[in-house]
Amino acid sequence: MEVKPPTPQIPAPVWTEFKDLQEWEKYHQERAPDDKTSDTLAAIADAIHHMPGGWIVTTTTEKIFNWARKSSIWPVTFGLACCAIEMMATFASRFDVERFGMVPWASPRHSDLMIVSGTVTIKMAPMLKRIYDQMPDPKWVVSMGSCANSGGPFRHGYHVVKGVDRVVPVDVYVPGCPPTPDSLMYGLLKLQEQVGEFQKTGKRPTASDPK
Amino acid sequence: MSTTAADASARIRETFGVEAAVDGAMVTVVVPRELWTELAHFTNRVLGCRYFNWLSAIDWKEHGLEVVCRLENLDAGLVLTMRTRLGPGETRCPSLAGLCRGADWMERECYDMFGVRFEGHPDLRRILLSEDWEGYPLRKDYAVDTPFAPYR
Repeated sequence: MEVKPPTPQIPAPVWTEFKDLQEWEKYHQERAPDDKTSDTLAAIADAIHHMPGGWIVTTTTEKIFNWARKSSIWPVTFGLACCAIEMMATFASRFDVERFGMVPWASPRHSDLMIVSGTVTIKMAPMLKRIYDQMPDPKWVVSMGSCANSGGPFRHGYHVVKGVDRVVPVDVYVPGCPPTPDSLMYGLLKLQEQVGEFQKTGKRPTASDPK
Repeated sequence: MSTTAADASARIRETFGVEAAVDGAMVTVVVPRELWTELAHFTNRVLGCRYFNWLSAIDWKEHGLEVVCRLENLDAGLVLTMRTRLGPGETRCPSLAGLCRGADWMERECYDMFGVRFEGHPDLRRILLSEDWEGYPLRKDYAVDTPFAPYR
């Protein structure tokens, strides 16, 4: 019995088979000039040209990098107090920040964001600073809750840092005691807006002066 | 062992000659510092108060520190509170860590917060605050805004 070797029958790619790309191109050709669904989409769509042999996206590098940065913010899992319960609820399925591209990650070396969720004691502050220093640049900090913002109800205690901005530079403050998951999500969306405007300066931000 | 509060009060009075107030199941004994260890030993071994509940201190400002501890006999339902005044400016107090292991960390915490130096403690150092902390924060003369560089 003769065994025929399999003959590969891979057809050459035919341009007319890519229906969705044709529709995409047709949509952009027939689109009115003021029909912009979103600024980012318009910026990308305006920069797409059909080139022979493939697709090339041209845009400003800051725009595309910031879009990528703000679409994949990974917060390091760093829970300090009761605010961490609300933070966990935000990460969990009901509120689900993964739809914003935020994956709680258990390593500071792969993370972009640190959510300081809870009371920072003077004993804990050096560890917090160390974790922040281990994160790669660029990195952002969200101060969650009254304790992290200003010390909160423990401000006049003997062992509490009066605001985490004395230890690390803070980008977004989320008030509340504790903030609801909706509040934290609003803060994270504000942070996404801020990341979308990120520009390299070559300088690191510093913590505020306690005095 | 059926040790009632009245029994315990009477035995402490006849052994040490100090007053022991009875309030329900609770006996409160105020002793001088010299009798602190003997009374704890008597309470623990004779009255059967094997359970060391807690130890703390009170700052009475110019009258000095007062160390308070509570031992309980869980079988008989007897609760015994021991109090001793250290005197103005005095921070030394005999340690109970050799008697009850539960007293070890309690006395470390008391040292941490009030600066009471328990003599005979095997490992008297700070337990909650950082090791470079200056001052004793639960004393009345401790200002909560005492600088702690670089965070305060």
